[in-house]
Amino acid sequence: MLKQIEGSRAVAEAVAMCRPQVICAYPITPQTHIVEALSAMVKKDELAAEFLNVESEFAAMSVAIGASAAGARAYTATASQGLLYMSEAVWNAAGLGLPIVMTVANRAIGAPINIWNDHSDAMSQRDAGWLQLYAETSQEALDLHIQAFRIAEELSVPVMVCMDGFLLTHASERADVPEQAQVDAFLPRYEPRQVLDPAAPVSIGAMVGPEAFTEVRYLAYERMRQALGVITETAADFRAQFGRDSGGLVRPYLAEDADIVVVALGSTLGTLKDAVDELRGGGMKIGVLGITSFRPFPADAVREALPGRRVVVLERALAPGAGGIVTADVRAALNQPQDIATVIAGLGGRAITRKSLRAMLTAAAAGELGPLTFLDLDTALVDRELVRMRAARRSGPSAENLLRDLGITASRIG
Amino acid sequence: MPYQRIKFYQTGSFAVGNRLLAQDQRSEQASPGRSNALTCGHRACQGCGEALGARYALDAVHRATGGKMIAVNATGCLEVFSTPFPETSWQVAWLHSLFGNAPAVASGVAAALKAMGRTDIRVVGQGGDGGTVDIGFACLSGLFERDDDVLYICYDNQAYMNTGVQRSGATPPAARTATTQAVGREPGNRFGQGKNVPLIAMAHEIPYVATATVADLRDLEYKAARAMDFRGARYLHILVPCPLGWGSAPADTVRVARLAAESGLFPVFEAEAGQVTSSTPIRRQVPVSDYLRLQARYAHLFKPEENTEVIGRIQAAADRNIRRFGLMSPANERGGSPAPATAISLGRAAP
Repeated sequence: MLKQIEGSRAVAEAVAMCRPQVICAYPITPQTHIVEALSAMVKKDELAAEFLNVESEFAAMSVAIGASAAGARAYTATASQGLLYMSEAVWNAAGLGLPIVMTVANRAIGAPINIWNDHSDAMSQRDAGWLQLYAETSQEALDLHIQAFRIAEELSVPVMVCMDGFLLTHASERADVPEQAQVDAFLPRYEPRQVLDPAAPVSIGAMVGPEAFTEVRYLAYERMRQALGVITETAADFRAQFGRDSGGLVRPYLAEDADIVVVALGSTLGTLKDAVDELRGGGMKIGVLGITSFRPFPADAVREALPGRRVVVLERALAPGAGGIVTADVRAALNQPQDIATVIAGLGGRAITRKSLRAMLTAAAAGELGPLTFLDLDTALVDRELVRMRAARRSGPSAENLLRDLGITASRIG
Repeated sequence: MPYQRIKFYQTGSFAVGNRLLAQDQRSEQASPGRSNALTCGHRACQGCGEALGARYALDAVHRATGGKMIAVNATGCLEVFSTPFPETSWQVAWLHSLFGNAPAVASGVAAALKAMGRTDIRVVGQGGDGGTVDIGFACLSGLFERDDDVLYICYDNQAYMNTGVQRSGATPPAARTATTQAVGREPGNRFGQGKNVPLIAMAHEIPYVATATVADLRDLEYKAARAMDFRGARYLHILVPCPLGWGSAPADTVRVARLAAESGLFPVFEAEAGQVTSSTPIRRQVPVSDYLRLQARYAHLFKPEENTEVIGRIQAAADRNIRRFGLMSPANERGGSPAPATAISLGRAAP
């Protein structure tokens, strides 16, 4: 049914239709609306689940671990500092092979504290052993959750559905919310591969030494390899059941004949496609490759989509001391040396505007884009602080110095 | 299990002669059909108090639940020595996740069982003192506050033994550990304010809190079983001497535990909904030095000469426990006189 609906609400309704049995959450912006909605559904007996208000994100993931190991379908949601705070348990859930589904409402990591969107949080858990699926729209966020439970349970691997904080979680968009019967037909009952059962007791979580640790880790790698196929098949089945394209590994847009292809994840793709449409009108051959599955990284699909192309990777996170996080994977996926530029954009909620993208892409087409660019960087502001730091040892806290220089109190996102 | 009040002591000990009891009152350990939740062949040190305590506690829970139980274990000695695969010693469904999250994982298991309509299966969380009073403390408090249906057992050996005897929040004053060494002007652990988790558990007003030692195993069994009579969050704190960390003889584990209780340093009691309902009376009070002397972690208190000032401070703490928990009053004993239970104050009493 088509609805004008907030992204968080759409996700909550999708999660509820997946019939999770244990939901646990700790509040952190911008994930809160999702679990608030779910808690109300449980309280009104619309959703037969146990809802636990826990004392931290570390506890939230730990509760999910216990619930999943006991054979229940478990769900939680978090963002930013919360994801980092639960990090130890995030890795543990993957290591134990527990098919937990978690929404990450992508948000920057402090310091400086910042509640707005970028991908630093999820990227920090890149190697935790979770699948990471990035939603482009509210509709896709909704759809990916339904797919996520099926993928997770088929593989016995946890899945993170990443949706841009505020941009998707708090935006009201049109979304097709499916019927319960459709979801039931798509998502089978959870049959755990391992379960805590007094009638057939097993020990789970024993210490593994050098004699088998490599092999256990290899199996994690192997399951991720299998996940590439399962994600593709699940998206195809989803299309058959629900009649729309959602999920999958990558999503090319006008990439076939392009000279330059921009690789990106998440909600930026919409703006990016609009900018590409405009530039195509002016004769520039630019295309887009959206990456839906960041983990596992679909190296083959990326390589096939970028044959000999010049590549711009638009990143919403920064690896200080290295540059682009997605860039490293894209570069590794390509067999031949190709021209790859990294553009760091949209950190801490700074809007990625069509205008800025047009300028950046025009520069790229003219061969004027360097290997690493910070989109819309206020270089004068940075330079003033650098001068200050050279001038005096006790130059003070940088973030606060910049804010003082800016002299504005309201958050500027553009 | 009705509590046995008649006391038949074996010569030279306070242990109840098992064979003198009726069949249904005997220790679960005397039963040929006992579950042996933690079975033989594990790799605990000789004289390990934790292995002893865990077997008695879990077997008692196993009997009380008819075998319908799941155990969640924090990282630590118990987890490590019991699971050198393929030789797991656990005969019960058992899960280990992390060091600091056992209470929360246990909450998750309990929530799942509730959601699946299987509340006939009971959940036990367990860990050492580090996993309980330090790194797992937030999760433990959350479990108590939500009153999740979990019995959490702390096996308290008063330091991080698994990593090589480092100080924990449960390490007593003056005790030598690898990070509070017996050097300098004030050797051993400093005198702090302490972190009495049984009292903190009581402050959450959870249905049942109890302490026990491996010196009184029938009492330990009783309390583990008694805890299963309640629904909601329950806490059992068991003092388990560690020969390696305490520097006591492996053969003295039970003796050392008994002296901890008989000196008043470790009060043995139970509480319901925030009120102490019984305390185990001291039968033959001993000075704390009797307890301290058996342990190399306190050797610096006796050599080169006796440190009467520090020993006096430890004795004062024991004396305060005796007053506070009524440990010299047989009337406070479980099943004792109908006199009201000791009303202990959670606040610090005047010295």
